[in-house]
Amino acid sequence: MTTALMQELNARALELGVPFSAHLDVTYRCNERCVHCYLDHDDHGEMTLLELKSLLDQLAEAGVFFLTLSGGEVLMRMDFFDILRYARELRFNVKIKTNAFMVREKEADLIRELGVQSVQISIYSHRPEIHDGITKLPGSLRRSVAAIRLLKSRGVNVTMANVLMRQNLHDYAGVRALAKELCVEVTTDPTITPKMDGDRGVLGFGIRDSQLNEIFHDSQFVGNVDEFCAQPATLDDAALDGLPCSAGHTYCYISPYGDVYPCVQFPLACGNVRKEKFLDIWRHSKRMNEVRSIRARDLPTCSTCAHLGSCTRCPGLAFMEGNMRGPSSLDCEKSFARTGIPSANMIARMASGNAIHDSAARPSSFSSLIQITTARS
Amino acid sequence: MKNLYIARSPMVAARQLGLEMVIMSATDSTLFTLNEVASLIWKSADGATPLWEIVKGKVCAEFDVDPEVALADAERLVSELADRGLLLLTNGPAKPSPAETERGL
Repeated sequence: MTTALMQELNARALELGVPFSAHLDVTYRCNERCVHCYLDHDDHGEMTLLELKSLLDQLAEAGVFFLTLSGGEVLMRMDFFDILRYARELRFNVKIKTNAFMVREKEADLIRELGVQSVQISIYSHRPEIHDGITKLPGSLRRSVAAIRLLKSRGVNVTMANVLMRQNLHDYAGVRALAKELCVEVTTDPTITPKMDGDRGVLGFGIRDSQLNEIFHDSQFVGNVDEFCAQPATLDDAALDGLPCSAGHTYCYISPYGDVYPCVQFPLACGNVRKEKFLDIWRHSKRMNEVRSIRARDLPTCSTCAHLGSCTRCPGLAFMEGNMRGPSSLDCEKSFARTGIPSANMIARMASGNAIHDSAARPSSFSSLIQITTARS
Repeated sequence: MKNLYIARSPMVAARQLGLEMVIMSATDSTLFTLNEVASLIWKSADGATPLWEIVKGKVCAEFDVDPEVALADAERLVSELADRGLLLLTNGPAKPSPAETERGL
């Protein structure tokens, strides 16, 4: 994909107010029970095929080009291929996120036939005892890897998603070797997200402090360590006027129940497509427009932070901490692990002495001094 | 070329963004953009309408262009798009997908 052209298209979409990318979870049901998952897997009234087709019509009309179909596990829906077929008839560029446990010959053939752009498959480890221990589904690594081979043999683009946590911290080199053997790309990410209901217990599976520091200084993980761990640049107006991310600007998320959010990691419900037209929500939701109005200089703590220009601050994670204009402590930890320089948030907490230990965090180094609350705004 | 019919390949994704058409091939992930005139031809590529009719009825109706020149340009364009696997060229009409035909996608 041409990066410069993509940047140009995203800039044009932003200028035109077009949701160029959307993530649609078609179900929260799943056959795996990953220990760190942020979802409630019960079905609370998923959209029907008819409702989803109407939604897809609306998304196409709104200008959505990149469409991620995910879950839960998408293949838990018996009508998944009807949804996919319809999405492809509407010419979406479709990426599927799946654990691929249920992808056999027939499913692999259909995915190829329907012109899916790429399939992302979660692989936690190259060792079955670790991978299956995380998914809580015996045989899941074997089945997922078999599915990757089936998809690759049909010419489908496959990417492995490798979420790093305490259980599989030292397996990313093994996962990369497996990816190389299978001729697929791999993305590795240490981000663990709180549950959609605000429960932060799963954060205990995340890696912190010295472990983050270790992987961020490993060239196998980050590539160029000097570049990745470079000291932050001096703050300038471009950084202060910058957008936090694409959430709510050119990207949005829709749940299986029709709720529209700025991002899959930003549980601020802006409307429901069962009650309103998607474009009305996208254009006129007060919440969506509030998210859109925020610039880096509007962030009380982060706008004074040395890391502002290079921080991976996630407004959704900040929202889940209690304030969408506040810091995202997990990203503060990452900035600190990369550079050794504490964030403005960390310094403020230390100075005020009102640190509250996150029950999920290990009490060492700066991360134990970051206030993490379970309050939701 | 009188009987040249053009149909969008089922292996591509496409969406109008402003005046341009954004197209990506699922085969090799190559990204393309088409200008306003090319987008008009793309949107009309239903497999059932011959190219000369698209040029005469759509392109020449919207743009001030000589029909013969427009047809020659259109033939070059569709040939290039076909070489890249984005368009299918046939000598007879094909059945279009109902969903995209309804919406002119």
